[in-house]
Amino acid sequence: MSTSALYNDQGGAEAAVEAGQESTPTSSGTGAAFGLFSTDFKKNEDLKEMLESNKESLKLEAMKRIVGLIAKGKNSSELFPAVVKNVASKNIELKKLVYVYLVRYAEEQQDLALLSISTFQRALKDPNQFIRASALRVLSSIRVPIIVPIMMLAIKEAAADLSPYVRKTSAHAIQKLYSLDPDQKEQLIEVIEKLLKDKSTLVAGSVVMAFEEVCPDRIDLIHKNYRKLCNLLVDVEEWGQVVIISMLTRYARTQFTSPWTEGATFDENNEKTFYDSDSEEKKEQTEAKPYIMDPDHRLLLRNTKPLLQSRNTAVVMSVAQLYWHLAPKHEVNIVTKSLVRLLRSHREVQFIVLQNIATMSIQRKGMFEPFMKSFYVRSTDATHIKTLKLEILTNLANEANISTILREFQTYVKSQDKAFAAATIQAIGRCATNISEVTDTCLNGLVLLLSNRDETVVAESVVVIKKLLQTQPTQHSEIIKHMAKLFDNITVPMARASILWLMGEYCERVPKIAPDVLRKMAKTFTAEEDIVKLQIVNLAAKLYLTNSKQTKLLTQYILNLGKYDQNYDIRDRTRFIRQLIVPNEKSGALNKYARRILLAPKPAPVLESAFKDRDRFQLGTLSHSINSKATGYQELSDWPAVAPDQSVRNVEVIEPVRNPSSSHTPYHSFTSYLSNCQFYHQNETSSDSESEEESSEESEKTSTDSGKSSSGSENSSSESESEQKKKKKTKKAPQKKSKPTHHLSSLMVAVQVILTNSSDHSLEEIHIGERSPAGLNIHCFNTIERLEPEASVTVSMGIDFSDSTQAANFQLCTKENQFSVSIQPAVGELLMPSTMTEQDFTKEQGKLLGMNETSATITMATANTSSQAISKQVLSVANVGVVSSSQNNFHRFAGRTVSSGALVLVSLELKESSSALLTINTEKSVMASMLLRDLKQALTQA
Amino acid sequence: MIHSLFLINHSGDIFLEKHWKSVISRSVCDYFFEAREKAVDPENVPPVLQTPHHYLISIYRGKLFFLSVIQTEVAPLFVIEFLHRVADTIQDYFGECSEGIIKDNIVTVYELLEEMLDNGFPLATESNVLKEMIRPPTILRSVVNTLTGSSNVGDTLPTGQLSNVPWRRAGVKYTNNEAYFDVIEEIDAILDKSGTTVFAEIQGVIEACVRLTGMPDLTLSFMNPRLLDDVSFHPCVRFKRWESERVLSFIPPDGNFTLMNYHVSSQNLVAIPVYVKQSISFFETGPCGRLDITIGPKQTMGKTVENMMVTIHMPKAVLNANLTATQGTYTYDLTTKVLVWDIGKLNPQKLPNLRGSLSTQVGVPKPEDNPSLNIDLKIQQLAISGLKVSRLDMYGEKYKPFKGVKYLTKAGKFQVRT
Repeated sequence: MSTSALYNDQGGAEAAVEAGQESTPTSSGTGAAFGLFSTDFKKNEDLKEMLESNKESLKLEAMKRIVGLIAKGKNSSELFPAVVKNVASKNIELKKLVYVYLVRYAEEQQDLALLSISTFQRALKDPNQFIRASALRVLSSIRVPIIVPIMMLAIKEAAADLSPYVRKTSAHAIQKLYSLDPDQKEQLIEVIEKLLKDKSTLVAGSVVMAFEEVCPDRIDLIHKNYRKLCNLLVDVEEWGQVVIISMLTRYARTQFTSPWTEGATFDENNEKTFYDSDSEEKKEQTEAKPYIMDPDHRLLLRNTKPLLQSRNTAVVMSVAQLYWHLAPKHEVNIVTKSLVRLLRSHREVQFIVLQNIATMSIQRKGMFEPFMKSFYVRSTDATHIKTLKLEILTNLANEANISTILREFQTYVKSQDKAFAAATIQAIGRCATNISEVTDTCLNGLVLLLSNRDETVVAESVVVIKKLLQTQPTQHSEIIKHMAKLFDNITVPMARASILWLMGEYCERVPKIAPDVLRKMAKTFTAEEDIVKLQIVNLAAKLYLTNSKQTKLLTQYILNLGKYDQNYDIRDRTRFIRQLIVPNEKSGALNKYARRILLAPKPAPVLESAFKDRDRFQLGTLSHSINSKATGYQELSDWPAVAPDQSVRNVEVIEPVRNPSSSHTPYHSFTSYLSNCQFYHQNETSSDSESEEESSEESEKTSTDSGKSSSGSENSSSESESEQKKKKKTKKAPQKKSKPTHHLSSLMVAVQVILTNSSDHSLEEIHIGERSPAGLNIHCFNTIERLEPEASVTVSMGIDFSDSTQAANFQLCTKENQFSVSIQPAVGELLMPSTMTEQDFTKEQGKLLGMNETSATITMATANTSSQAISKQVLSVANVGVVSSSQNNFHRFAGRTVSSGALVLVSLELKESSSALLTINTEKSVMASMLLRDLKQALTQA
Repeated sequence: MIHSLFLINHSGDIFLEKHWKSVISRSVCDYFFEAREKAVDPENVPPVLQTPHHYLISIYRGKLFFLSVIQTEVAPLFVIEFLHRVADTIQDYFGECSEGIIKDNIVTVYELLEEMLDNGFPLATESNVLKEMIRPPTILRSVVNTLTGSSNVGDTLPTGQLSNVPWRRAGVKYTNNEAYFDVIEEIDAILDKSGTTVFAEIQGVIEACVRLTGMPDLTLSFMNPRLLDDVSFHPCVRFKRWESERVLSFIPPDGNFTLMNYHVSSQNLVAIPVYVKQSISFFETGPCGRLDITIGPKQTMGKTVENMMVTIHMPKAVLNANLTATQGTYTYDLTTKVLVWDIGKLNPQKLPNLRGSLSTQVGVPKPEDNPSLNIDLKIQQLAISGLKVSRLDMYGEKYKPFKGVKYLTKAGKFQVRT
């Protein structure tokens, strides 16, 4: 029914009516038997009814409930036809909810979803960038293969959009399309290539993400954009930073040569830097071929460094891994502090950071040793955090700090968390093997722990002692004896088994005790755990071989017990041992070798970090975290032996630097606070920059010297005269039109003022004082401390003229004096250009008729008849943008007022014999008439 | 990147799911539930899990699990940081981040999630930008909405999204212009049995509440910036100015935000404001133990220590506590075995003391290890590191804002081992 409802409107209406009728009686008394099904069914039914009603509020309510259902994971796909009808709704909230629904269910209902496509296609052409972007977002999220060509087209168009926000959305759409249809790869790469050239910080992160997803191997696309990306990095939003940094890390590893000293492997180098004096390292470096870092390599390192101060832990981590993988050894240390800082963050963050530190600390102890105390465990830490901290502390242990660490470990051993205590014992074992000086101390400590009450602790100690003894069995028969004494009190099977194994292995060192232990074991054999039984059999066998006189009977007794054990492993083992050691007719050649088989020297177990081989993964990655290769993981390549051509990164066209600071810290300078008009503007007005020079700036400013009157009678007349003169011939420099608005607020007009001291003494503390009218909004320049005679200084200030040509008055104060200044703007300077198409222009013009239209027929000066000349003249009067025109005799210009953003449309229609119709459409009628006057003047005069 | 998100409550119910790419069945969460069971405590669930086809990255916050499903390689911190940002945003919008609140506002939360990620990549995470797109609910607005049928969804593109100042919305207006800064320092310390400091450091944060009209440009400077060893900033702070002049220069976001975090250089000795004399012992014979704790002021710079509180996680064997406190009250939670002694203000003349006996389970060996004490305290009007804000200047706007700086010292992870 639901499908037919959509195809046939009438049917749908009928269905709705039906449903409505149905729901009324049932809601009052639903049959108990059908309660479960009918309520569910009815509920969606009444949602459908609400969606088909005429009331916006009902529809909205219904959509909200549906989205609620989606959020809870309940199925509401049968409502698709009813919902999709509302896709063209005017109500923004309703529309958004419908979008949400579409994205979720379009894949399941592909045919019906196609019905909504035309709405999005229309919205893609909307003048509002927000609507364009969200239409593209939804269109690309509809995973319906049939619309791939439409998506492709939309993406291409959006990638060339004037709004960076739309371009950003198109970068996201690339990934979606790629996952929907990988065949589009080539075309998508073209779009990516284009977007990579984008200079907007908004786009950078998203396009690099698309690059990583679609064509991570096309490293050649990055070359030309490398420097730009490095420079933009500080200003990109934090998530984009993470992606860009990780991409640049990979890039750098393929393009630059290793900054690490030649021939020295990671570990060796570490030992050197850590244990030896610096001078030696230097010597080594000088001996090697001198290494000169590529300036681009340096650029990357320099520009990422400030990001270590980011509040976003992911950014800090990505910079840390970049330094780890790319920076010269001695520079890596700067990331330490920041990584340690992250340990203050959430538990999950700690976990990841500790994992990475663990890997780093294996190779470079020196990096984290000063911060050792930050890794001390607190009783409130989660178990996985504790274990990682322990791991790091163990890695950091060396001769100098081992006593501190062992003291700390002693506290942990007593911890109530027994699993953690056991882990600590293992850590002690590792310290003992790594640092030979403390092996004995550790062993003694562990032996003491054998009398601990807790079984886990004892068991773990035994196991660790066993491993330690294996590494150096010579002098430790005392400990083995001690353990034999404790044997009766130890109940943990693993520990008992370990002791028995030790006895057997070193039975020749404790010839008196071992047979006695075997005797005891023979008594309790049946009651032991399997693992212990196996070791008893082993012990018996070994003793039989070394000391058969004393143990022959015991061994046979034990073998007999084993023969009838319930566990087949033990029965097997018994059989095997019997054949091996007891000589009889059937036993073959093996018997001769029994001793060599059982008592072969066994390699000591190596106690090493679990993070030992983690460095095969790039730090900070998922693969590193789970210690196995994740899907889509990209190996970090080794440094190339010879650097590839460096010149590929050169960018031929060097942009004239308009904002002096834009190259390094775009955001951190004021200029880039420019809001969106910057993006529009640069594209549009760069062509007519000549005309700007002539544009008469804000009208002449009158400076009346009120200073005289206020300066008081003491001032000699000569002084006040000079004062008057020096009083600066405040002159206004022509202001660049490309930046019509002031940097701090888009509501302000920027005014550049040159102050020249024409007096004979220096002026101090020049600043702006009182202003009128009282509400006048001025962004003052910073106080000028001192202006020497004949010196001049250029400052810029912002004034909010509130779209009126009323003069702005203010006091310009020096330390001793003040002068009033009045600035009156020309009406044309209260505008800023607006970009629109011819169609939009006509549409907007259509809305501004009647009272909002002012027009006049003028006679054009002959010199002004060419379209170039017209543009020049108009642009010299008003700061407006040219609207491309399809007709030769029509010239259109569009702008907005700076403060209120009201549209100002200027159109000029050329008639015969140099007469023309000049029309201005705007809500600001006063402005319109003033502008008309100015334009008329400009166009009629040659 | 992030494929799907599941919100899971304490008892293991999935009460919200959001997919940014195609739909992933919620059965993927079973792997998580398995790990959850194994971990016993929710805090102990490993944040990164591997399943045959997906990777699960989760955070635990406010008794809720935020579980995200990942399909390909991604930096785990990226996901974790984002999930925390989601939780922060929910908290910011609704005042708290709990199951009840999310369920009550499920549509708004879902819309927020929709805006925050596009195809799994973060789109808008700045609270200021989000608030322009989806307005947070207020009582007044919900009344107005029901009456007029208007909505919570903004219809214009947030200005912040486009500019290079994405954290501040345009057109902010206040009748009272004010800027408050709270310098909050936390002492992290581990003291050993004898009261010697094993480890101590000071971490500080400057929380700001700025309600200023227009686009103010603020500069905050310190008397002694050299104290600050390691810092991290809100994106609004101009790093170059900090590098060169050691001042914080920024255009603030509107409302509450964290301006900076800092760490005080470790060369400075950390003043420990209180000392603790304690003896906890369990007797070998008989099912009991003794506890005696006295707390006194040490280096408080003449300020009063307030909100003193001692928390002790007792060993499992301790059944009950029979204590007397000379000041404040104590509670012992029988199930979680947590003893909390709420002292309040610390009086230097009459030191607070808590003593009495602990009854332990019969037949169980006496606890091996004494529990450590976690100390909480507050000292108003003091930054224990000595950091001082010297001035705050405003450029770019012409009104005179009301400015205020407050100092506070707290105990962070302050632990006394026994």
